[in-house]
Amino acid sequence: MQVLQSTTPLITNLNALAGGLFIISAFGIVATRQIRASLNFFIIQSLLLASSAFLLGIEPFSLDLFAVGGINIITKVWFMPMLLKRMVKEEIYTRREVTQVFNIPTSLILALILTILAYFISLPWIQTQRVLSIIHVNVPVGLAGLFLGAYTLVARREAVPQLLGLLAMENGAFFAGVAIAPDLPLIAELALAFDILMLTFVIGILTRTVNEHIGTTSVGTLSELKEGVKK
Amino acid sequence: MSKYILFNILQVLVVMLFSPLAMGVLNRLKEIVQSKKGPSILQPYFDLLKLFQKDEVIPEESTWIFRVTPYIVFMAPIFVTLLIPVLTSYPLFWAFMSDMVGAGFVLALGGFFAVLAAIDTSNPYGAIGASRTRMVSFLAEPVFLIVFFTVSFVAGSTIPYIVQQKWVTPVSNFFEPSHILLLFAFVMLILAEKGRIPVDNPSGHFELAMIEESKDLEYSGVGAALMKWGGWMKFFVLMIIFSNVLFSPWGLASALGWGAILLAIPLVLIKVFIFILFLVVIESSLAKLRLFRISEFLSAAFVIAVIAMLASIFE
Repeated sequence: MQVLQSTTPLITNLNALAGGLFIISAFGIVATRQIRASLNFFIIQSLLLASSAFLLGIEPFSLDLFAVGGINIITKVWFMPMLLKRMVKEEIYTRREVTQVFNIPTSLILALILTILAYFISLPWIQTQRVLSIIHVNVPVGLAGLFLGAYTLVARREAVPQLLGLLAMENGAFFAGVAIAPDLPLIAELALAFDILMLTFVIGILTRTVNEHIGTTSVGTLSELKEGVKK
Repeated sequence: MSKYILFNILQVLVVMLFSPLAMGVLNRLKEIVQSKKGPSILQPYFDLLKLFQKDEVIPEESTWIFRVTPYIVFMAPIFVTLLIPVLTSYPLFWAFMSDMVGAGFVLALGGFFAVLAAIDTSNPYGAIGASRTRMVSFLAEPVFLIVFFTVSFVAGSTIPYIVQQKWVTPVSNFFEPSHILLLFAFVMLILAEKGRIPVDNPSGHFELAMIEESKDLEYSGVGAALMKWGGWMKFFVLMIIFSNVLFSPWGLASALGWGAILLAIPLVLIKVFIFILFLVVIESSLAKLRLFRISEFLSAAFVIAVIAMLASIFE
């Protein structure tokens, strides 16, 4: 297996910092009440993913990683939020989700347990691979991003944050991916870029329709099917 | 040897003399941001002068705790000042008397007596404020401990002078995730511990909503002056710990001479001023949280501190 060249400590540290802030922004997606704030945290998270790809691409120079970062910025930082803002009404973003499944401190503690779990799960993997410290950071952080994204799907009831949770899972997978297989992700990222846009498109239309029909977007509470009658 | 002792005392004098100024600058800047003119930056000095000349009134029901508390609140930050690097980057005479955990303990002792004194007055608002302060500080306690754990993991010590060297040699250490996240957690702790705006409104005059201020409602004259001055010094000490130990340990005197140490005073004041500017931005752009949202604010700080610790363990 290919072993990465050693990089300068500054780049290693900056990459680790991007990792730490990546987890914090994942927590932000889970725990902020306002939907607009949640979306902003998602944008920050995508930016951090891109910056990690850029940093990893510097030292053994890799055009693929720069392309991955670029595609990430275009789709997730610029295009996806724009699409979502056009499709879903403005007033939904200022809405606050007052009752999540758990209250916020509980939610944060559960998410913290998931993060620690991610670090422990990735520990044996890191120790068996002969890899450098730069990957020590990316794998557990990516795994934690994956778990926290999944947890967002569980803990939040509104449609838009659920979409963000789904996309955050993808962000997490890529955060680990750029370090494990620096050559692979370009094609995967190109495919996923379209996938994300379609996903956003579909969920946006769904949210819009649900909102028009029943006046709410908290899909977590829609658990019964009723025929004909509109509330 | 005598110079080490003199410099240590000079540190205490700097903290004592400039802490009201820092408060005055902070208040003035906040008023300017709100497009008001604001009081002079020397106003805290005038307040102290006025209070020291006034008579003291003591509630009939109160015990010795009420009378002793102002002196403890005033002395606690002075003890801490002896332990931390205020002007020099080399340890001074009393530097190894205690570490950061001990400094936190001494500061907490002042807070503990302030709470007791608030209940001692038998003023209902005092007890309300005291119980709220306890709520904030027991939620802040785990965050403090995790921050200390992380510091000791990374630097291998909790003596402030050693921690301070660790983050700048080499400079790329500054960008370690554990360091940056620790800074976030520590700023949130300062805001909670000193009752600044997302947690408590320091300029509010409505007793039912007070957290920090309601504890010295009953003090007058010299007692009030000492309580206020002690609070300002505690704030100044926390800012010094943040900027000299954790954030920017540059600009401190490294030579054992009067010139170097006198030059360090303005440099340290500039650093404190930058922190104050940052604080003004926070205080002017955020709203005070409702009481039961404070637990969310502090659990966010807790999460940040724990991730800082994880990042330093699994490096």
